[in-house]
Amino acid sequence: MEELTTISPEIDILHIREQFPVLNRLVHKRPLVYFDNAATSQKPQRVIDALTDYYSNYNANIHRGIHSLAEEATSAYESTRVAVKDFLGAKYSEEIIFTRGTTESINLVAFTWGRKNIQEGDEIIISGLEHHSNIVPWQMVCEEKKGILKVIPVSDEGEISVEDFKNLLSPRTKLVSIAHVSNALGTINPVEEIICLAHKAGAIVLIDGAQSAVHLDIDVQKMDCDFFAFSGHKVYGPTGIGVLYGKKEILEEMPVFMGGGEMIKEVTFEKTTYNELPYKYEAGTPNIADTIALKYALEFTKEINRVFGKNHEHELLEYATAQLKQIDGLEIIGRAKNKIGVISFIIKGIHPQDIGVLLDNQGVAVRTGHHCTQPLMKRFGIPGTVRASFAVYNTVEEIDIFITALHKAIKMLK
Amino acid sequence: MNDTRSIREIEEEIIDNFSLFDEWEEKYEYVIDLGKKLPTLDDKFKLKENIIKGCQSTVWLVADYKDGRVFYQADSDAIIVKGLVSMLIHVLSGHSPQDILEAKLDFINEIGMMAHLAQTRSNGLVAMIKQMKNYALAYQTIGQAEKII
Repeated sequence: MEELTTISPEIDILHIREQFPVLNRLVHKRPLVYFDNAATSQKPQRVIDALTDYYSNYNANIHRGIHSLAEEATSAYESTRVAVKDFLGAKYSEEIIFTRGTTESINLVAFTWGRKNIQEGDEIIISGLEHHSNIVPWQMVCEEKKGILKVIPVSDEGEISVEDFKNLLSPRTKLVSIAHVSNALGTINPVEEIICLAHKAGAIVLIDGAQSAVHLDIDVQKMDCDFFAFSGHKVYGPTGIGVLYGKKEILEEMPVFMGGGEMIKEVTFEKTTYNELPYKYEAGTPNIADTIALKYALEFTKEINRVFGKNHEHELLEYATAQLKQIDGLEIIGRAKNKIGVISFIIKGIHPQDIGVLLDNQGVAVRTGHHCTQPLMKRFGIPGTVRASFAVYNTVEEIDIFITALHKAIKMLK
Repeated sequence: MNDTRSIREIEEEIIDNFSLFDEWEEKYEYVIDLGKKLPTLDDKFKLKENIIKGCQSTVWLVADYKDGRVFYQADSDAIIVKGLVSMLIHVLSGHSPQDILEAKLDFINEIGMMAHLAQTRSNGLVAMIKQMKNYALAYQTIGQAEKII
């Protein structure tokens, strides 16, 4: 991939597209235009190869085996932990806990740290643009512990303000859990300032990085968040593997989550002692294959970020926004100053689902609906949006196809 | 409704209509047109208890039972779903509970609209068919009870 820097950007994209076999397929007899990357990204060949290689050549259970296959599998699995540590800029690899995804990572914190530390009257702050997975676990904790859930309001532009956050902070605030980037609108939230203010107030902060890990350079030490959660499948990796980063001192104090094999030191019927970090949070045989493949996805993500930076996806965002703005009756939902390559929109008098169906028939994959952010949709008084979200392999030409297809859909529906 | 044809006969008519379409656009334009032509359900029926909730679009369904036959009225906020809803009403409304319960509704597959039923989470169509049959079952029970009395 190093040679990419020496050739023109257009050829770079073609070279990148070649690495994604699915991009060659037809949908309804047309070339696939995949604009549902915020839901899940497609997988490069090296990730697919890593999965096949594991199952073909060294499938074994990890950590306790003494045979060669077990050693190879353990070493590959643990090398992903180091890769994640580097990817996030964490200090120690034992701060990296493997989960099924962002949802499980957030639940892990809610059910361990949350249940231990939230007392009656304590406050948890989230924002109005959170995904359901960063709302419901906290509601569950608050319900059980009689805690109070406070919500940072969302502006008409789809932004949250540090001022509003300040007003919600109190000595009772124990935890702040905020999306780094909104999945429905693409807004990049001012997490550094939020983290700094929360710490001053004595609260800890979880950053939901499901949408940011693939788009932004993450440095958890610089950000100083206490927890950071993300999913493998949104960073060009497999489904079913996710990450919870936590500061070592906090993770060590936290109670265990699930009990079983792997997470124990010694078991007797009288008392069980628990394993060290990170294993005390990884009960049972983990998702070995997908964890191993995640390393290759992160390697790919780092390479493209180094070569393209944020420019390519930003260019796509600007181009698509300009094109969409020319369409009669179209309103873009989420006009934040800082956005990743996500555009949500509605068209007057047309249900988003109808747009989605007619785009699909023209080979264009978008997401329609509430994007698991029902409170946010309610805030804007809409049932849902059409959302186009871009990845590194998308092109300006694909946006042209999308816009033409959209015009056709509108014409058919009006 | 004075249509005396059987459910299968009406289904076949729809299949014949669709066989004239070569392009996907024609198929969808037809469904969209049906959706537009289906009268909007009176607001008094747009109640919570009549909602068949899909993940994205909403369908409202009400039923009536007269002279041993079931009559449906429905609406949706999404026009393609509303067009499909219109077809289901056209096929099932005005038939006996027994005929409705026995209807296989193969036409949906035969006209190439099965994908809409596969999207179980995003629209209320599957749930709607189930609810139409539930009404038929309920009215069948009432009908049998009346006979006994």
